[in-house]
Amino acid sequence: MNNGYTLAVILIAAAMTALTRILPHLAFSRRAELPQTVSYLGESLPAAIMVILVAYCLRSIDFAAYPSGIPETISVLVVVLLQFTLKKTFLSIVAGTAVYMILIRTAFPLL
Amino acid sequence: MRTQTFALKKILPIVPSYLFVGIAYGILMSEAGFSPLWTLLSSVIVYAGSLQIIMVTLLTSGAPLYLVAVTSFFVNARHIFYGLGMIERFRGQKLRFPYMALTVTDETYSVLCSMGPCPEGVSPKDADFYVLLFSQLTWIAASVAGALLAGSLPVDLTGIDFSATAFFVTVCVDQWRKSSSHLPAIAGAVSAVAFYFLLGPEDFLLPALSASLIVLLLLKDRALLQKRRDRA
Repeated sequence: MNNGYTLAVILIAAAMTALTRILPHLAFSRRAELPQTVSYLGESLPAAIMVILVAYCLRSIDFAAYPSGIPETISVLVVVLLQFTLKKTFLSIVAGTAVYMILIRTAFPLL
Repeated sequence: MRTQTFALKKILPIVPSYLFVGIAYGILMSEAGFSPLWTLLSSVIVYAGSLQIIMVTLLTSGAPLYLVAVTSFFVNARHIFYGLGMIERFRGQKLRFPYMALTVTDETYSVLCSMGPCPEGVSPKDADFYVLLFSQLTWIAASVAGALLAGSLPVDLTGIDFSATAFFVTVCVDQWRKSSSHLPAIAGAVSAVAFYFLLGPEDFLLPALSASLIVLLLLKDRALLQKRRDRA
């Protein structure tokens, strides 16, 4: 492996990632008072972003082919149900992931 | 409760996904022939899971540097949206501010959004900092462990990456329960589904984020009016 190239790739990736993380702060943090629109977005965007992130996590499901996302759907429902009723985040995650890992080994084995 | 203990409790939900994805990334790097030191460097200064994994492919295929730059920017452009929500919150962090702004990831952003009120004796500003620091340390440790252990892990962990999805689902549920308006969540869901079908699974993320941003801007006056009415 060419060390110079590897270093260059990592440095560029780091710089571009840093840019995406620092841009909004560069644009607004010097102002004493945030524009009303920006603080409104800061409050309302997270809920929209989270839903989209879930969709992004599930993007590789192939609905047209077996098992058509059934194990994912069941596991997501388990998480939603547990989180709505018991409100124990860690438990919901561990249980949902366990259900998923069991489903893809038993009821819906990947061929 | 000590601030550090509180922060550790708050990052617990993301630890499974950080451990698994980190280990998987370290293994990929080692299998591609990179020394664990490169894995360490990437996890310290890039610190973005999906991009780091994509970088393995870029590195092994000898991708031109401009392509690395463009890919990095677009894969991580969603961070711009996260930053918008943290401007107010990170004020007054002084010397810690640059580190904090640079360590907001999908997971840590969600933890920060779902933290709720701090117990007595815990400073919210310190808690935010330790959440970010401990999360990155977890990520670094997992990826380096994966790089060192490559080839000698005996258990089949296929499917454990579902823990990341599960975590984001719990954050959605919590936000749904505590927010007075469900419009943002619905806007996100509709945009995600619409652009998934329009553009396919690999290209819908940024258009969906942008569309929800626009929808929320269009609904702004209504939302602010509603809020004032709720207060009155």
